[in-house]
Amino acid sequence: MFSLADKTAVTGVGETAYGRESRKSQLTLTLEASLAAINDAGLTPKDIDGVIPYAAGGIVAEDFVTNFGLPDLRYSALTPMGGASPVAALQSATMAVATGVANHVLVALGRGSISGGRITQRLAEMPQMRLVSEFEMPIGTNAPAQFYAHMARRHMELFGTTSEQLAEVAMTCRRHAQMNERAMMRKPMTLADHQASRMIADPLHLFDCCLESAGAAAVVISSVERAKDSPHRPVLIGGVAEGHPDSPSAITQRPDMTRLGIARAAPIAFAMAGVEHSDIDVAEIYDCFTYIVLCQLEDMGFCAKGEGGDFVSNGRISLGGELPVNTHGGLLSEAHIAGMNHIVELVRQLRGDCGERQVKDAEVGLVTGFGDLGDGSIAVMHR
Amino acid sequence: MSASHDQLPEKPRPEYSDENQPYWDGLREHKLLVQRCGGCNTLRHYPRPLCDGCYSLEYDWTELSGSGKVHSWTVSHHPFHPGFKRETPYVTVTVDLAEGLRLQGVLEGNDASALAIGREVELTFNDVDAELTLPGFRLV
Repeated sequence: MFSLADKTAVTGVGETAYGRESRKSQLTLTLEASLAAINDAGLTPKDIDGVIPYAAGGIVAEDFVTNFGLPDLRYSALTPMGGASPVAALQSATMAVATGVANHVLVALGRGSISGGRITQRLAEMPQMRLVSEFEMPIGTNAPAQFYAHMARRHMELFGTTSEQLAEVAMTCRRHAQMNERAMMRKPMTLADHQASRMIADPLHLFDCCLESAGAAAVVISSVERAKDSPHRPVLIGGVAEGHPDSPSAITQRPDMTRLGIARAAPIAFAMAGVEHSDIDVAEIYDCFTYIVLCQLEDMGFCAKGEGGDFVSNGRISLGGELPVNTHGGLLSEAHIAGMNHIVELVRQLRGDCGERQVKDAEVGLVTGFGDLGDGSIAVMHR
Repeated sequence: MSASHDQLPEKPRPEYSDENQPYWDGLREHKLLVQRCGGCNTLRHYPRPLCDGCYSLEYDWTELSGSGKVHSWTVSHHPFHPGFKRETPYVTVTVDLAEGLRLQGVLEGNDASALAIGREVELTFNDVDAELTLPGFRLV
C-alpha cells in the first residue's frame, strides 16, 4: 500500500516576532514569516508551487501569488480545523509532494491583533460552529474556555483530576518559556500563582488558558530528495494523520466528552512512522487550555484514559523528564500562533538548534493540533 | 451616568430555520420538542436534516419529559459575550435527558455546590421576551 512515511521533509521554518498586538497587518505578518521559512529552506519564493494558508485567517492562496509573484502555483488547499489546521496541513502538503503534484509546499499562518469582544462574534460566524451558535451561545456558552470547561469538569468528576494537575502543564510551559527569548510570558509561575489567577470558566483559571497573540509562523514541505540540498539537517515526516471526534459540531452531543479526534489519528501516525511511544524524545502538544494537553496525552496512548493528571505530574513533561512537552512554552507561554509555532519548535529541536532548551540527542518527536471542538492532527517527525 | 451608558450589547439570539423553528416554537409554548426519525423512530438533537442511522430525510416532532441527570457543568466567571456581564458568575449544565438526548441550559439559582454527575434535574423554561424562551434546569 502507498505510504506517506518518509516521503517528505520540513526544509524551512520561520516566524515573526510574537506579541500581544502588532501594527502590521495579518497578511504582512504571514508574508514575513513565509519569507523567513523560504529563506531558511535555501529556496526563493519562485520555487514555491504549493500553498496552504490558514483557513480561519482570511488569507488565500491568491495573496501569495500576488505578493511573491509565484510563477506556477500548482497546488492550494485549506484544512479548516481551527488549531488542528497547521498539522493537518502537513498531511495535505505531504500528499501533494509525495504524489508529485507540487515540489515545495508553503504552510503559513498569521494572526493579527484581536480585541476580546470580537472573538465571540468571529466564532459565531464560523460554519463549523453553527450548532453551537444556534443552541448554546444564546444561553451563555460563547467561547472555547466555556465549551472545554464542560469536558474538563467531567474528567475531574470521573477520574479525580485536580486543578493542581492542570497547573503542572501551565507551570511546565512557563519554565520552558523562560529559556525562549521569543516567548511572550517569561515570568516564573508558581502553583500559588496558578491557583490565585482569576477563574474564567470553572474549573479553568486564567493560567489554564492560552495567550492571545499577534504574529505569524510558516514552514516549507519538500520531497526527501530535494531536502538533501537544503542547508539544514533534514527533518523527515515519518507519520501524519488527522482525526475527527464523534459529534464534531457540538461537544454537548458527544457520546464521550473526554475523547478527542486525535484518538483516531494517533495510532495511524505512530504506525506510519513505525515508532512506539517510548521512542518519542520530545512532544509539542497543542495547548489552548491545560486540560487539552492532558486529554491528548491520554488519547494518544501515553497513558490510560483518566491517568493524564498523574502523567503530567512530578516533572515527567519537563525538560530533563521522560517526555518533554512544549519546549518553547506553547500557546500558554510562548504565543498563540495556532500551533504553527509548535511545528517550528519541533523542527528546531530535531535539528538540534534549541540551545539552552534543547532536548539532548532528540531524534524522534511529535507535534499535535487541536481545534474546532475536538478535531485532532498529529505528525511524527525524525531527523 | 446616562441610561445609555448602562446599556449592554444584546445577547446572541438563535437564527430560525426550517429545521430548528419547531424546537424554538415549542420552547415558547413551554414544551421540549425534538426530532423523531420517520424511518426508524430514533430521537435526535440538535435538529438536523438527516438520520445518521437509517439516512431517512423524514421526521416529525415529539415532546420530551424534561427530566434528566447532570452530565457536566461549568461556572462562567468571565463574560466572553458582554451581553452576559451582569449575570456572571452563572452555572451552565449539560444534561442527559431521560429519553437519551443531551441539552444544555442555565441552572436555576446559580449554585454549583450541589452538582455532581448523575444529579437529577428538571427542565425550566426561561422566557426572555415574547419571541424567545431558553431552556434551563433546576435541581429536583
